[in-house]
Amino acid sequence: MRLRRRRRLIRAVRKSFELKTVQNHTANIRPGDVLLVSTMRNEKVRLPYFLSYYRDLGVGHFLFVDNDSDDGTLDYLAGQEDISVWSTGASYKRSAFGVDWVNWLNRRYAHGHWTLVVDPDEFFVYPFCDTRPIPALTDWLDNSGLRSFSAMLIDVYPKGRLDQQVYLPGQNPLEIASWFDPGNYTIKKNDIYGNLWIQGGPRARMFFADRPAKAPAMNKIPLVKWDRRFAYISSTHALLPRGLNSVYEEWGGEKASGALLHAKFLNTFAAKAQEELERGQHYSGSVEYKAYAAAMETHPDLWCKWSEKYINWRQLEILGLMSKGNWA
Amino acid sequence: MTVGIVMLVHTSLDRAAQVARHWTASGCPVVIHVDKAVPRKTYQAFRAAIEKDRLIRFSKRHRCEWGTWGIVAASQSASEMMLASFEQVRHVYLASGSCLPLRPVQELIDYLAARPQTDFIESATTADVPWTVGGLDEERFTLRFPFSWKKRRALFDRWVNIQRKIGYRRRIPAGLTPHMGSQWWCLTRQTLSAILEDPDRPRHDKYFRRVWIPDESYYQTLARLYSRKIESRSLTLSKFDYQGKPHIFYDDHLQLLRRSDCFVARKIWPGANRLYHAFLTDERGAMKKAEPNPGKIDRIFAKAVERRTRGRPGLYMQSRLPRQGWENGITAYPYSMFQGFDELFEDFGGWLNRITGTRVHGHLFSPERAQFSGDYTVMNGALSDSAKLRDYDPEGFLTNLIWNTRGERQCFQFGPMDHQGVNWLVARDPNAQVSVITGAWAVPLFKSNRNFGEIRKEAARLQRVESEHLGILRSTWAKANIRIWSMADFVDSPMEPLQTIIEETGTLRQRRLAEVPRMVDLDGFGQFLQNLKNQGMHPYLMGDFPVESGPERKPKPPRRPYVVR
Repeated sequence: MRLRRRRRLIRAVRKSFELKTVQNHTANIRPGDVLLVSTMRNEKVRLPYFLSYYRDLGVGHFLFVDNDSDDGTLDYLAGQEDISVWSTGASYKRSAFGVDWVNWLNRRYAHGHWTLVVDPDEFFVYPFCDTRPIPALTDWLDNSGLRSFSAMLIDVYPKGRLDQQVYLPGQNPLEIASWFDPGNYTIKKNDIYGNLWIQGGPRARMFFADRPAKAPAMNKIPLVKWDRRFAYISSTHALLPRGLNSVYEEWGGEKASGALLHAKFLNTFAAKAQEELERGQHYSGSVEYKAYAAAMETHPDLWCKWSEKYINWRQLEILGLMSKGNWA
Repeated sequence: MTVGIVMLVHTSLDRAAQVARHWTASGCPVVIHVDKAVPRKTYQAFRAAIEKDRLIRFSKRHRCEWGTWGIVAASQSASEMMLASFEQVRHVYLASGSCLPLRPVQELIDYLAARPQTDFIESATTADVPWTVGGLDEERFTLRFPFSWKKRRALFDRWVNIQRKIGYRRRIPAGLTPHMGSQWWCLTRQTLSAILEDPDRPRHDKYFRRVWIPDESYYQTLARLYSRKIESRSLTLSKFDYQGKPHIFYDDHLQLLRRSDCFVARKIWPGANRLYHAFLTDERGAMKKAEPNPGKIDRIFAKAVERRTRGRPGLYMQSRLPRQGWENGITAYPYSMFQGFDELFEDFGGWLNRITGTRVHGHLFSPERAQFSGDYTVMNGALSDSAKLRDYDPEGFLTNLIWNTRGERQCFQFGPMDHQGVNWLVARDPNAQVSVITGAWAVPLFKSNRNFGEIRKEAARLQRVESEHLGILRSTWAKANIRIWSMADFVDSPMEPLQTIIEETGTLRQRRLAEVPRMVDLDGFGQFLQNLKNQGMHPYLMGDFPVESGPERKPKPPRRPYVVR
């Protein structure tokens, strides 16, 4: 395991040469700041709301890797004091789907900081997120001697065809994609890394019903008190050292956990899926995007009678998708 | 006469300064001890900011590591300074930098003035309280602890074990009975000075210097020697979680704290602007707005501990995946599994639903698809009826269904033709009511229009599967409520078992079963079994059926001709 971790880190250093600094405001990072790291491509339309959402939650600094956007993302981010940007034209696939870049940025800038690694379409919710900012959570985690925090992906989707409502910059995507699957997730334990492997939700139900083993993983550990020796293994599903993956209780109780509301399914989705399919830069031969592209032709409705409309974190906690643990 | 505040500070100094000013504004002197671990520069800045206040003093700094003597030493020096510098102090209140006064300071002063001889210090003998963490209660006083618990945990534990093994015990100084309690106390000048000026103090200090977590026992033990009147409770509201760490209060606790009826609360998150604003600026509104309801805080924190240590029964999720045997409830709610009923009775599901009002599914684990009630393709929780999704994790499918529908009893049909992946889970689950009519799977074969060779093969397979399942249900690990009848027995007198099963679900609408499900026509079934036997396949699970006709059928309907091969 130590070897694997080392190899990851060496890869990260090697791949760091692909990153070109666009703007480096990391001098503005204060000790104790919560950092947010994200890799993106052509997500300008989502950024205004994304940034304001996380600024409100108390994120201190954003570190972005821009993978060859051509929609003006870089211009939009230029000059914002709490954002540092690197850009690269290199292959997303060959950087282990961005993991190498993220590992590098974390190693270089996030040592000793609580660090949230999310995509621009993921919105972090956690217990009491309506009244307590992320630093309250991280202080509590520090106090409890915890180094990592689990937040599974929950796909949110609109009712009806995806292209029925147009998403506008600055808009809360949950206004459109406000439904989710409350109780059809399966859990397996990955014995190699000790993390859980969760599958389910609308993607498994609609696109992978005939080959469930291929359905995308929903488990994520996005919030970690980073140490330069840590490394993400595959997206943010698992890390090394393995102790960071034990975010679940095996002896009966519940640990605290959150969720990442995954607002992938907007009107922008069909074009995005097509583009990603053509680039072929995604996981296991882009099997996911192939499934989407095939399914999108018939304009499926992800919504079903038992879809739940998102209200707040308390609802997710009652449904058992996340837990307050012993945070009260 | 007033109350003096001894404040131990190690982080968020600005909040400490804010609270200190709040105390002095009401005429309470404050002596502040700043942990030596705080950098000099920070300390100087903090000191400069509030030193001008005549009522604030700074005491000699000690290094305060959790669980060690430093914290007691700090409170000693600060208390000595308090008693020496402020004549008018009658009670001394020990607080931390993250404590927040909830009620107007004047109320505290008045309260203590009315009880001039009373010491408020939680103090109980080790035998009487269960609150210790890590299993160290009495041993705190009789072992030695040279290694830091926080930094060198393994050494700490090993050293404790070695001492236990060789039977090492420190002697407790004569005259002392170890007591423990919350480290936040409020003592009278008399008691406190008696403790600090005791000629035996060097002896006491020497002993307690090596006691584990002395701040929870030093004053608690010594106060018992001198106090005239001990009220064994802390005036500081402080709640601990299951690891012995204090719960932290946030903005959303404002209403709770207002109703807590306590003078001081800890610990407050330094970023809780609303709390600090509400309690420090708004004297009158601080406490009195609502009826006191101190029990509510207790309940909330007790629930949090319960959730962390036991969790919600039947829930499997990202942060709770109990190992086998540690589930505290394998499923969330009682449910019933019926095996063989669907085959023996016509429209059993419909009848069950009419009689009990429960949700009755068909064969949930049928090889084609999950037969949800009402023929839905999706069920509660957006659970899909796809057989592939279900068979990918059948146990998860069942626990999800029961979790998603908790509060409503689920009934489903089962049989050896179905996917058998949940058998162990159901057998181990006390929430499960399992009723089996063995051998009833033969009825559909009997009614079917298939070649006998095929039927024979299928019968052999089903019999093998069912007998494996019966083995599980009869194993010693089975905790479900299980009833098994052979088909012959059940057909003989079906009403009594039916009545029992239905009564047990607690959902029966009338006292007696008013409507009876119609049994399928079993004429010729005995012959059918005999035919199987003649072919060398011995169907034994259904019990004995006479070859002539189905038992219990009195007015025989006209017989249909058999095809005997």
